[in-house]
Amino acid sequence: MAHVRFDNVSKSYPGGHHALSGVSFEINQGEIAFLTGHSGAGKSTLLKLIMLMEKATQGQVLVDGVNLSRLANSQIPYHRRRVGVVFQNHQLLFDRSVFENVALPLRISGYSSRDLERRVRAALDKVGLLKKEKQSPIELSGGEQQRIGIARAVVNKPSLILADEPTGNLDPALSAEIMRLFEQFNDVGVSVLIASHDLPLIDKLNHRVIGLNGGRIQGERPAGALS
Amino acid sequence: MSSNKPKKTTSAPAKSGARHSKVTVNSQWKAYLQHHRLTAKDSLLRLLRSPGSSAMTWLVLGIALALPMTLFVSLENVKQLSRVWDQSSQISVYLKKGVLPRAADKLTEGISNLDQVSDAIYISPQQALKEFSAATGLSDVVQGLQSNPLPGVISVVPNLASQDARAMETLQDKLLLYPQVESVQLDLLWVKRLYQFMELGQRLVWALAALLGLAVLLIIGNTIRLSIESRRDEILVVKLVGGTDAFVRRPFLYTGIWFGLGGGLIAWLLLTAGLYWLSGPVEQLISLYGSEFVLSGLGVEDSLLLIFDGVVLGWLGAWLAVSRHLARINP
Repeated sequence: MAHVRFDNVSKSYPGGHHALSGVSFEINQGEIAFLTGHSGAGKSTLLKLIMLMEKATQGQVLVDGVNLSRLANSQIPYHRRRVGVVFQNHQLLFDRSVFENVALPLRISGYSSRDLERRVRAALDKVGLLKKEKQSPIELSGGEQQRIGIARAVVNKPSLILADEPTGNLDPALSAEIMRLFEQFNDVGVSVLIASHDLPLIDKLNHRVIGLNGGRIQGERPAGALS
Repeated sequence: MSSNKPKKTTSAPAKSGARHSKVTVNSQWKAYLQHHRLTAKDSLLRLLRSPGSSAMTWLVLGIALALPMTLFVSLENVKQLSRVWDQSSQISVYLKKGVLPRAADKLTEGISNLDQVSDAIYISPQQALKEFSAATGLSDVVQGLQSNPLPGVISVVPNLASQDARAMETLQDKLLLYPQVESVQLDLLWVKRLYQFMELGQRLVWALAALLGLAVLLIIGNTIRLSIESRRDEILVVKLVGGTDAFVRRPFLYTGIWFGLGGGLIAWLLLTAGLYWLSGPVEQLISLYGSEFVLSGLGVEDSLLLIFDGVVLGWLGAWLAVSRHLARINP
């Protein structure tokens, strides 16, 4: 079964702006794929549909075979817990420590403190920030803040990770490092969908690419096509 | 590593591998309670971090809660006082001229056996004349009288259950039915006025309590609204990573409870201090009227009720604000 499936999905906003028109594709379980396109091509909207931050005006979005348009409002939080999201602007809370930022999804899911500490430390270790858990995110660099965001996205062990321009403001070396992290999660079976316009980096990684333009899928390149 | 089992991630280091740890019902319940504790503590700390504005809110809530409670306590005291006075309220039954002492005694006995009556005493015309001359010092004039102009009187003290105005009227009608009775006099107007006054007071207390309760709700609602605005980013993130509405609501409900609790405690302090301050003069004043009366304060039960009311209002105000404003913050 496809992990994520878009079936002729359109999204238009009041006022007539069509963010997505007739988009269909599948991401398989354990697959990693990039979503490319200029800003305004509909990348963020597509990710928002998977997160149920928006609802499709037409067509169906299925995650794990569940039609998201049929999901009751009360079920949305539980859907979001199964999906890890990394935001371009990090969406970190500066009034609490790095540790508490990463622990947030676990507190929400109802983990006991012992289990929670163990998992948060494991996630921070994975992104190399174990020594900075007591600091405030505001004291850390942009790359480090992005890594906190990644640790928070994976701490709940989601089977699907979405990332919206995760390397947006980072230099090439840091960007490559961040992408390497996503590949590591994918190595153990997590499906990953990354929206990015960093084409040189995407070409180097040689994963599957879905190209968006003006809200439509313009082209696809399967994994390994460049080698 | 089992990359063929896709539901597993690497976020835990190699030793725990890709084991997907389960959240059991028991551990979830524990974590739920723990989160309540954490949220309650965090909400209180947030309030204490801005002591100035929190204290202002607490004081306003305290005053709003103390006002109707003050009126309530005053009314309770008036009720107690009126009970003391009621015991002295009596009905004078004037007998017709020429009723023989023996018949009067029999009648007195009959009246004192009535359900509504706790005591009845017969005062004969001679006795009345003696008391009159002693009280007025007009014994010369009295001696000069040809005959005794005073009628026999039976002084009736109604029992406590029959102290209210309607019961007194029924008793009066009953007494008038005796053939030997000329007229029955009771200070009904005074009793009526007192009860009307207390009825009015009671309603005033309720109206004031309702109005100020509403004020408390609005104050807390507005404070919580500001707090929701200032924590907008946090709410967004919590919703994005799967926080339920209950989870998002929780810190604000605790904030409301803390506001209500603080307000209730301040109201209790204000009231207790005020009563202590008034008790001396009030007791002196009452003692001038020859009454033994102690200004009663708030009992333990009433005190707890006052604080509990504060907490409930705080919680409710927060709930109203949260349900109004939280739905508007959507990622």
